[in-house]
Amino acid sequence: MSTKVYAGTEVPVNEEGFFTDPALWREEMAPAIAADAGVGELGERHWQVLKFVRAEFAEKGTGPTVRVLGKTSGVPVKELYQLFPKGPAKLAARIAGIPKPRGCI
Amino acid sequence: MKRIVILGGGTGGTLAANRLHRAYGDGARIVVVDRDDDHVYQPGLLFVPFGMADADDLVRSRPRQLADGIGYHRGEVERVDLEADRVHLADGTELGYDALVIATGARLMPEETEGLTGPGCRGHVDTFYDLDGAVGLASALAAFDGGKLVVNVIDLPVKCPVAPLEFCFLADWFFTERGIRDRVELTYVTPLDAAFTKPVAARTLEGILEAKGVELVTEFTTGEVDGADGRLVSFDGREVAFDQAVVVPLHGGASYVDRSPGLGDELGFVRADEHTLRSQVKDNIFVLGDAASVPTSKAGSVTHFEGEVLARNVGQFLDGRPLDASFDGHTNCFIESGFGKALLIDFNYDTEPLPGHYPADAGLPLLKESRLNHLGKLMFSWLYWHSLLPGRDLPGVSSAMPRAGKRFPEAARR
Repeated sequence: MSTKVYAGTEVPVNEEGFFTDPALWREEMAPAIAADAGVGELGERHWQVLKFVRAEFAEKGTGPTVRVLGKTSGVPVKELYQLFPKGPAKLAARIAGIPKPRGCI
Repeated sequence: MKRIVILGGGTGGTLAANRLHRAYGDGARIVVVDRDDDHVYQPGLLFVPFGMADADDLVRSRPRQLADGIGYHRGEVERVDLEADRVHLADGTELGYDALVIATGARLMPEETEGLTGPGCRGHVDTFYDLDGAVGLASALAAFDGGKLVVNVIDLPVKCPVAPLEFCFLADWFFTERGIRDRVELTYVTPLDAAFTKPVAARTLEGILEAKGVELVTEFTTGEVDGADGRLVSFDGREVAFDQAVVVPLHGGASYVDRSPGLGDELGFVRADEHTLRSQVKDNIFVLGDAASVPTSKAGSVTHFEGEVLARNVGQFLDGRPLDASFDGHTNCFIESGFGKALLIDFNYDTEPLPGHYPADAGLPLLKESRLNHLGKLMFSWLYWHSLLPGRDLPGVSSAMPRAGKRFPEAARR
């Protein structure tokens, strides 16, 4: 466990960079987290996904998988991979300040 | 008289019907619905491609697994009317219920992946997750005399998440026995970031893959299976070439769930409280087995353990009492590793698979290859038909995960 400073606030993150306390996340933090995660500048389509991910987490307690994102976020899977290369579900969750998706067991 | 309708005559539906029948006797009218009469012993599908099981021996009559007095209706479910508490079947039959049990499992959806129903499929691209595919793979593997064999899980959730790994282990053994192992390149391709979802077991299983010379490709989300050119293509543009692909297609819930507004989630699985197994959509609907969207494996052992809890809670509900049985997520899987050996893993919602012994200090070794575990897996087929489906408790195997015998890390003890 370590900490990061995003938008002037120190937040605890786990070894993979995921927030351990999603309540500390604010929208202003997202660009810096995205930079840490190797995702470029955040555009409108990124934000569509990030807001969807936050809403899903608030409702269900876990972030959606890629497949569910592709079905329900309004952004198809191919585009998700362009927006968040190397794993949209994980990267969107990390930038949106929620835990790594529990996904499937 | 209470009316209980059970959708699905597989592992979950059958054992739930038999348990509820025993609890209620003639005090409840129980009807099981399924679209066909063939109950397939799904754990046996893994063995068919390697000539270790005969497909015909895996199939028995669904209605014959039900106790006398339980009704059986063969028919396709059209939809569930949540407001009216009625199930509509495609043949026009309507079944009203006081309690509905959903046990319709998971459905394979190859059509959801580009190329998976295209050229080369059911040939040098196939799956062992259904009977026809397992039989097809038996022919394909018998004729395979060298080249690249790839095992690919398209995405989770899937039934029995360890089965694709078992397929790799058994393939290594199969080709070694045939004397051509050095001519076969085995590769396991998974969307996960490790061989398995849970870290301790993932490390053990990755060690076995490595020891057997099976290459591991992780974080590969398959976008296309190109059977004609023999390659898997991921959404991020990577490719894995194959001469023979063994693919586990996307899974979803039964299609009537999608036709029943509000009943299921995006993938057609029914959201349920993970402990009581009551659906989150209506108080008189309960879910068990692969049909449920709960954070545990889609596996027969889970269904078996859930059955005890579900039968109790359905009874409590019908009698107007609070639900008092709770499922802890208990999962128990033998993992065949070839050469007459197998591992055993045992875990629940809170405890990942750990080393030690099951169910207590003097028991089967956990997370370790042994001949005893292999014998356990083989013996399970008899227990399935004669003890598990009739809804009996297996001796020494309880719904609650045993802690005795497991080696917990220091942190968990505090």
